[in-house]
Amino acid sequence: MSVLKITDLHVSVEETPILKGVNLEISQGEIHALMGPNGSGKSTLAYALAGHPKYTITGGSVEIDGTELNELDANERSRLGMFLAFQYPVTIPGVRVADFLRHAVTNVRSPDRKEGEGLMPMREFRKELRDQMEELDMETEFARRYLNEGFSGGEKKRMEILQLAMLRPKFAILDETDSGLDSDAVKVVSEGVNRLCGPGMGVLIITHHERLLEFNKPQFTHVMLAGRIVETGDAQLAHELHANGYTSVRERHPEVAAEETQEEAAAVV
Amino acid sequence: MSTDLQADPSVGDYQFGFHDPTDSYTFKSRKGLDHEIVEQISQLKNEPDWMRDFRHKSLDIFFARPMPNWGGDLDQIDFQNIYYYMKASDRQEKNWDDVPEDIRKTYDRIGIPEAEKKYLSGVKAQYESEVVYGSLQEDLAEKGVLFTDTDSALREHPEIFREYFASIIPPADNKFAALNSAVWSGGSFIYVPPGVHIEFPLQAYFRINSENMGQFERTLIIVDEGASAHYVEGCTAPTWSADSLHSAVVEIVVKRRGRFRYTTIQNWSNNVYNLVTKRAMAYGDSLMEWVDGNLGSKLTMKYPAIYLMEPGARGETLSIAFANKDQHQDAGAKMVHCAPNTSSRVISKSISKGGGRASYRGLAKIEKGATNCKTNVVCDALILDSDSRSDTYPYIEVEEDDVVIEHEASVSKIAEEQLFYLMSRGLSEAEASAMIVTGFIEPLVKELPMEYAVEMNRLIELQMEGSVG
Repeated sequence: MSVLKITDLHVSVEETPILKGVNLEISQGEIHALMGPNGSGKSTLAYALAGHPKYTITGGSVEIDGTELNELDANERSRLGMFLAFQYPVTIPGVRVADFLRHAVTNVRSPDRKEGEGLMPMREFRKELRDQMEELDMETEFARRYLNEGFSGGEKKRMEILQLAMLRPKFAILDETDSGLDSDAVKVVSEGVNRLCGPGMGVLIITHHERLLEFNKPQFTHVMLAGRIVETGDAQLAHELHANGYTSVRERHPEVAAEETQEEAAAVV
Repeated sequence: MSTDLQADPSVGDYQFGFHDPTDSYTFKSRKGLDHEIVEQISQLKNEPDWMRDFRHKSLDIFFARPMPNWGGDLDQIDFQNIYYYMKASDRQEKNWDDVPEDIRKTYDRIGIPEAEKKYLSGVKAQYESEVVYGSLQEDLAEKGVLFTDTDSALREHPEIFREYFASIIPPADNKFAALNSAVWSGGSFIYVPPGVHIEFPLQAYFRINSENMGQFERTLIIVDEGASAHYVEGCTAPTWSADSLHSAVVEIVVKRRGRFRYTTIQNWSNNVYNLVTKRAMAYGDSLMEWVDGNLGSKLTMKYPAIYLMEPGARGETLSIAFANKDQHQDAGAKMVHCAPNTSSRVISKSISKGGGRASYRGLAKIEKGATNCKTNVVCDALILDSDSRSDTYPYIEVEEDDVVIEHEASVSKIAEEQLFYLMSRGLSEAEASAMIVTGFIEPLVKELPMEYAVEMNRLIELQMEGSVG
């Protein structure tokens, strides 16, 4: 069983420290929820784990089964089993979904593949893609469209889940995959994630909403405040935070909350 | 004689940079350009007096004209250090087996005989100055389609040849048209009779093999009323340290209701100056299309033109330019509306990388009396790194009010977010960049027949290989 281990992680964006010592361990088969007010560093953690070049790790480490990821680029991390479902998926004009996915799937499943080497057989790939799209209630025409170009918000998110389904990572981070969706779309996405969760995948769900967590009940809920994980509980904690907001968390951690206010003040100045 | 094709270690990613060891030219002119050389070429070809006179007059025009001081840097061309005529084979063959072995192997390696079997209606293969192989499907010949090299057309079809030759691009058009008119050799001549539709492309393949070679093919194409055809040309050369010069003239007439598409996949090695004049005249309700892909060469200056001569004529140019290290692609399109109710469209996509420079230079012109015309120009440039450069020079000349003129231009860089998105799905940086570039030109590539689209994407991928450190 694989383990994603985050130890005392410090991350800066353009010299500004955002994460100030995050500790978190996720095993394959577990579902973790990450909650916290806007600006607390949730998306920064997601990008830093996936290897975005703008997010610089200044201290601590990220490991999968003892292999340190700190210096690896996004593509190498992906081949080690890391996956980020983007909050705002990027449009790639002129690149067809199927062509992109065939390339991605081949690389992730054959991590040692060199550029220019053969891709996964077309027939096999098509069948698998068709099956997965059917499960997600997507029209087959989707595969021929340009990646995220002209997609509605719901279509983009479904596209992320399709990629998740095809790439079958060891660890998936869902960054507000339920945001900006109507309830039908949230249902499709939630069911999709639910179908994909299992013993082979560890999941970190970043969310403000409860729907995704209803379908995908977390074993652990973490609360982030000013770049640190300040509390960890079970599904009940997520429920309470939804109901009551973060006031009580701030009251329980006055020092961290003070840092949060200082940062806000600095940002306003 | 060795039959192995010599590999040049300096070739790098350019896969056509090999040369064959042929030294048994049946004729090779001395280097340099003067009236004696022109006389020699004309005599060797046993040409009629009018053509000989035409060549000499053209040479005078060439000498009299100053070098263009716009476009690219032409100062390094030494016109006296070039071979203007080289003949590697005494005759044009109809069977690949009869083509001299070295030359045949070159075309095998480029893949022409194989493509011919699969999806072409006819082929011309020009090696240095002369066409060494030619074919045309029998049924097309029976319908009266002519597809020969241009020298043969002068001998065998003198009336139609003389009616059109240099009528669209006269020698005085520009310095390099004058040069071509003086020393032209080879090229394709096509005549498509009224109402005849040629389903599969006719292909010509131009190959320079020698160092300091000048290739000056001359192409003349007449698509008669209601006829249609697609012609494709490809070009490659070995990578030599000394420069070569390619300066072609292509003249096209598309008569009423005719349709013609001319596709170029130019992939010269990085030591070739490619200075080409291409122009088509499109008559009533006809459609003329240029699909112009420029990937190779040191400097390309090429602006395929369409003159819309009668009402209802339509012109379309799709242009792709890829400028890599030490390359300047100065390419574009000209649309000249000479009649009312004509329309034109230009879509240009350029990519510059590794310090390369891609320029779009285009003209949209509406002549007096050409009312109710429409022209639409869209230029998109993608710059892959900070050393590379892209420019747009759109010229618009309008002499009527009642017209619609649209011009849009965009310049973009590969966004970091696009790279990260693709890389987070397991694509290497080079693969991700190549995919973004391929996507960028996709709207044009999808217009190509499948075989050429595959070829174009493969060439782009080769250009992108090893690009990321």
